[in-house]
Amino acid sequence: MKFRQSAMDTNMLGYSGRMLIVDLTQEKTKIEEIPELIRKKFIGGNGFGIRFLYEHQKPRIDPLSSDNVLVFAVGPFCGTVIPCSAKYVIQAKSPLTGFQGESVGSSFWSLAFRRAGYDVLVIKGRAKKPTYLFIDDDIVELRDAKQLMGKDCWETESIIRETIGDENVRVAAIGPAGENLVRFACVASDHRHAGRTGMGAVMGSKQIKAVAVRGSKTVEVAKIDELLDLCNGYYKKVMSQNPFVTRDMGTIGTAIPNLLGYATPIRNFQSAGAFEGEEFISEDIRNISIKWLKERYVHKGIACASCPIACEHIDFIKEGPYKDLAYKTGYQAMCALGSNCGIRYFPAIVKAEQLCDMLGMDLISTGVVIAWAMECFEKGILTLKDTDGIDLSFGNHEALIEMIPKIARREGSGDILAEGVGRASEKIGKGSKHFAMHSKCLEFPGFDVRGLKATALSFAVSTRGACHMRASVYEPEIEGRLDRFRVEKGRGGFVAEKENSLTIFDTLMLCKFSVTTWTDVYNELAHLYTLVTGMPLTAKELRTVGERIWNMEKAYNIREGWTRKDDSLPPRVFKDPIPDGGAKGSHLTEDEFNFLLNDYYTARGWTKDGIPTKKKLIELGLKDVATEIGV
Amino acid sequence: MQPRFVVSNLEECTGCQICEYVCSAVKEKGFNPLLSRIRTVRIEPTFNIAVACRLCEDPPCVAACPTKALSREEKTGIIRVEEDKCNGCAWCIETCDFGSIMLHPVKKTVVICDLCDGDPKCISHCPREALYLATSEETSQKARKKMAKTDMPR
Repeated sequence: MKFRQSAMDTNMLGYSGRMLIVDLTQEKTKIEEIPELIRKKFIGGNGFGIRFLYEHQKPRIDPLSSDNVLVFAVGPFCGTVIPCSAKYVIQAKSPLTGFQGESVGSSFWSLAFRRAGYDVLVIKGRAKKPTYLFIDDDIVELRDAKQLMGKDCWETESIIRETIGDENVRVAAIGPAGENLVRFACVASDHRHAGRTGMGAVMGSKQIKAVAVRGSKTVEVAKIDELLDLCNGYYKKVMSQNPFVTRDMGTIGTAIPNLLGYATPIRNFQSAGAFEGEEFISEDIRNISIKWLKERYVHKGIACASCPIACEHIDFIKEGPYKDLAYKTGYQAMCALGSNCGIRYFPAIVKAEQLCDMLGMDLISTGVVIAWAMECFEKGILTLKDTDGIDLSFGNHEALIEMIPKIARREGSGDILAEGVGRASEKIGKGSKHFAMHSKCLEFPGFDVRGLKATALSFAVSTRGACHMRASVYEPEIEGRLDRFRVEKGRGGFVAEKENSLTIFDTLMLCKFSVTTWTDVYNELAHLYTLVTGMPLTAKELRTVGERIWNMEKAYNIREGWTRKDDSLPPRVFKDPIPDGGAKGSHLTEDEFNFLLNDYYTARGWTKDGIPTKKKLIELGLKDVATEIGV
Repeated sequence: MQPRFVVSNLEECTGCQICEYVCSAVKEKGFNPLLSRIRTVRIEPTFNIAVACRLCEDPPCVAACPTKALSREEKTGIIRVEEDKCNGCAWCIETCDFGSIMLHPVKKTVVICDLCDGDPKCISHCPREALYLATSEETSQKARKKMAKTDMPR
């Protein structure tokens, strides 16, 4: 079924100015212009995402029903030479958290989508049969996806590309996990993933196997020569900084400082930091050098579009059971699928990441839910009978590799784990909730927050659930710029300010690895915005946009039924002090946590129940939202 | 002197496409890889390369052109396209083993790397310094040196 969109010549710089709305139930498409007011107030990316999700989705719906609304959005820098600008965001009500689902993906899909002439794609309803969407500039087509069902993300991409016969077609696809409604299924494109909060399951519930795009239009900007020169300066700056995440290692380079900083979780967040063993984390962790890992495994970096950093490093496995495997890995995989499962054998971690990526599952959630099952197994809460005979002992990498496809296909014991650690621990009970590491049902990324107390706060208050990318407070804490064990007034304001500033990255759709590129972030980004769009923007206005979007996300969550008790942390954070290492004895008390929450809500100008006040929302230009959520 | 052309270092190229965007910006005042004279190729998981015109000594594209729109500049080796003679038939595109000739999607005439008058902007903007200008002699010297360094017993 094909739909031709009327070409709307918006004559905009930076933006396309167009939103494509696809209604799968009614089999209709339409184009709407994105009004200037919305562009000014929400800039792009997750600002557009939350605005249009809020507008198009009815409150309190079942996230896996046809009522959910899936929003893809790009930012005004997309398709230009601005460093690290190849991101896109997917938003919907999350089937994992029940609140705002938001996941940022990267690579080349965003640019093709932008060049097809859109900033936002809204998908509503549910297709009658397995379908994929093909957006070919102004022609939008719903195509039969029957022969793609059951295929992994990569096969799906290449089959679609071959069918259309053009390498310039970019595909965002789900794998078997998305089809089977695994609650933390992700969306994959060019071997990169929009991983968190289960956006792949929402696609699966709509019977949309993939969104393929081909864009041939030119992205025009206001001051192209100035932009080229400025960006060239930024490339040189990026390349001269932080050799860990640039030329040498990718994010696994950060494993060393995190380990040395006793922040890396081990065996389902039982210990933090030093991890005895002989493989990638040696007995004396000072002996592990970047050089050692690099010489042994790391082969080469590959980049997303317009990215000078190339954080992804391909590892070559030269021997052992996973011989000849060539795939990437990063710090989060090393934690979730490695240390957290007690696994030290590096090649197995690379294999596990590859499986998660092919099958289309968020590797952080997958690793944490398996680590939780391993602790259940250790404590006798789960037995061989419950695990279909798989020996889920910590450190058994064969069990890990066996478990991942079972989750993606919801086979046997994989079915319950596919629900995520929050729901699985609810069902299993027997004290397993104590160590189910999630906030708002989103599994913890690889930081032990018992010894990173401001990070603990940021995990609890993040609108999408436990997340290290929304505030990234772990960096100043591990580096020692912020006393990680101390709880005092001002921590709330610190976290809020970090959230506002990182929200800008998700709004302009810049990668957060570019963060060190900017010396004076608001001024520089506002200047770039003006060079691209020709529209004036001040640093102060940009900062307000960050705060506005965060409040908008919060208002969305409140509309979905959020209360203060949802800003929570698992019992282990409060009850089990870190047993060993340099952060030994550290944990967060309930009193400290309540103090931090109060401090944060006050800094945000919210009530003690964490609800934005009418005054705050009006100040941010969100009067309509204030009325709707009844403050 | 042998002509210099744009060469990409396979070990350094990460496939970021910045060269494509810079080329289209310089030549066409907009960002669009379809307008670029240099193109990247990625073969998962690790192979990345950027390819532009290699200034062949005896260019098949020039020989193939039925309208004599293409010619090779003696001194620089650059293949020049006379736009008003080019009818977009794409014979030259078919003969080029490197895929270095592209049809301009709007003008419907072919475009080929002209080395930006000796200072290619793709090279000055490549963040990994993976692109450089070299003659075929320099390229083979480099290959020999690498082979001697890595493959030979010392």
